[in-house]
Amino acid sequence: MSPNVLALLPEYILTLAGVLIMLAEPCLKHSSSRKPLGWIAIAGTLLAGGASWFQLGFGTVHAFSGTIQTDPFSIFFHLLIAAIVLVTLLTSLDYFETYATHAGEYFALVLFGAVGMMLMTCSVELLMVFIGLEISSISTYIMAGMRKGQSTASESSIKYFLLGSFATAFFLYGIALAFGATGSTSIVAIAAGLGTTATPLIAFTSLAMILIGLAFKVSAAPFHVWTPDVYQGAPAPVTGLMSTGPKAAAFAVLLRITFSGFPSMQHRWAILIWILAALSMTIGNLGALLQRDVKRMLAYSSIAHAGYLLVAFTAFPVEAISAAAFYTAAYAAMNVGAFAVITQVGGFDETARTIDDYTGLAARRPVLASVLAFFLLSLIGIPFTGGFFGKFYVFSAAIGSGHIWLAVIGLINSGVACFYYLRLLFAMFSRRTPATELTAGASQPRATSVPAVIGLTLAALASLILGILPGNTLWLAQYAGTSTMVEDARQQCIAHPDNCQLQVQMERR
Amino acid sequence: MVPIAYYLVLAAILFSTGVAAFLIKRNIITVFMSIELMLNAVNLTFVAFAHMWHQVQGQIFVFFVMVVAAAEAAVGLAIIIAIFRTRQTLNVDQINLMKS
Repeated sequence: MSPNVLALLPEYILTLAGVLIMLAEPCLKHSSSRKPLGWIAIAGTLLAGGASWFQLGFGTVHAFSGTIQTDPFSIFFHLLIAAIVLVTLLTSLDYFETYATHAGEYFALVLFGAVGMMLMTCSVELLMVFIGLEISSISTYIMAGMRKGQSTASESSIKYFLLGSFATAFFLYGIALAFGATGSTSIVAIAAGLGTTATPLIAFTSLAMILIGLAFKVSAAPFHVWTPDVYQGAPAPVTGLMSTGPKAAAFAVLLRITFSGFPSMQHRWAILIWILAALSMTIGNLGALLQRDVKRMLAYSSIAHAGYLLVAFTAFPVEAISAAAFYTAAYAAMNVGAFAVITQVGGFDETARTIDDYTGLAARRPVLASVLAFFLLSLIGIPFTGGFFGKFYVFSAAIGSGHIWLAVIGLINSGVACFYYLRLLFAMFSRRTPATELTAGASQPRATSVPAVIGLTLAALASLILGILPGNTLWLAQYAGTSTMVEDARQQCIAHPDNCQLQVQMERR
Repeated sequence: MVPIAYYLVLAAILFSTGVAAFLIKRNIITVFMSIELMLNAVNLTFVAFAHMWHQVQGQIFVFFVMVVAAAEAAVGLAIIIAIFRTRQTLNVDQINLMKS
């Protein structure tokens, strides 16, 4: 198989499935069910995940004149994104069914978004990163406004669009300056060019601009202001997707750019990321304490989790990449799961919004309530859940590299976070029934469909397995970290044989 | 010949104008235009650096930025129409249903 086909096989499959759905949508009768299109999307996602797994056997593959590099690092994130998309599709298969006229578009957009995210993780050329970022962003802008008639949906969409494009402009300006400082937009060539650059100030400005752009995308404080509004207004399954998928991809890009593109400036960006991490954890958790709306609370919680993830960046390269990759997987499993439960509880009209609406949920829908309780415990970081091991690896990586204070801030924040997760948990298991439900007369619970049950089971199992048997995922994360660093060092040696001491360092590890 | 620094300073001024307009202006269309201004500042920077390094890479990047900006505009204007239909206003200050 030619490397150009092999390297982007998952992306090709997803694109084909997406285009097929777009073509089939107008052929279906106006009144007929859109579920078959959802099944095409699910099949495409499964195939794409399988293709990523198949790529693992080929080691590192370069394609498209060295702009694409498929390595264990990108495969880790490909599999993660495929899993996120799969759970989202399964739990939202009938979400738009009875309400929206063009539910097929939603499935196609999810797949196109996934193509963008996957492309971001396997690009080693900033041009391709930019294109991937935009493919995923533009799809998500539209998805945020899918509930067209509702004014909160279009408000969410416009805020996401304006601030997302604003962030992209910063990211692009950073790339332009990096090109000016080093004469290249390839990540490995930038690393090689930084050693001999005549304009270190421009190089540092470019790094700061790229950091700002990506900090917006991962919603790290102080660039988080859009997150609560956007997450609250978007449909619940879309919020679940965009709080995990694009974030995972943006973190993958951030890892590649910082550790492969700007390794020689680590002493500078480590400080910036230290500040971002400390601010995100504190602002995220304190903000979440004040929220009554559940989606808004989880939005602040996702800001805090971005902070925990950024803590990993202050560690040594290989530990940092494996801890960050593992945390992304653990966070994705529990967050996508929590939003899947919210999708099932609230439905298309989002009848359950505030914590009061969740009061007594355990009595009405015991299984959903206990699954949500499990995800909340995992978000707190209780042992035997994915969240616990994620935090454990991140903080131990930070302590290992001497950033004890950051770990202390993180641990205090984890304590603060207990309050708001437990408040929701206690509300669900309290005996009282919500007042709103009695007046609305919507007491008849919708039955949870079989695909949704499968999706929830998958997310819960993933969270549980990451908490009890983290070995396999951790191995893949470590493999991803080690192989990427060695491969980048090798590439740099080919580009610039004079700074080859890096490779010796890497191989000694 | 105009020195490269002139282009870069002009681009930096354009970019800052875009950022300032994004933060100050209240009409969504104007806010959207300020983003386009920022993207054009980026394009100018790319072209200037491409000339300096004698590399075509920077100029190719500009084409991609333009194409993506066009795609973004298509989606952005559609969202703006959707918001005008539901709200009858394009003032950013009045689009605040979710502030707590």
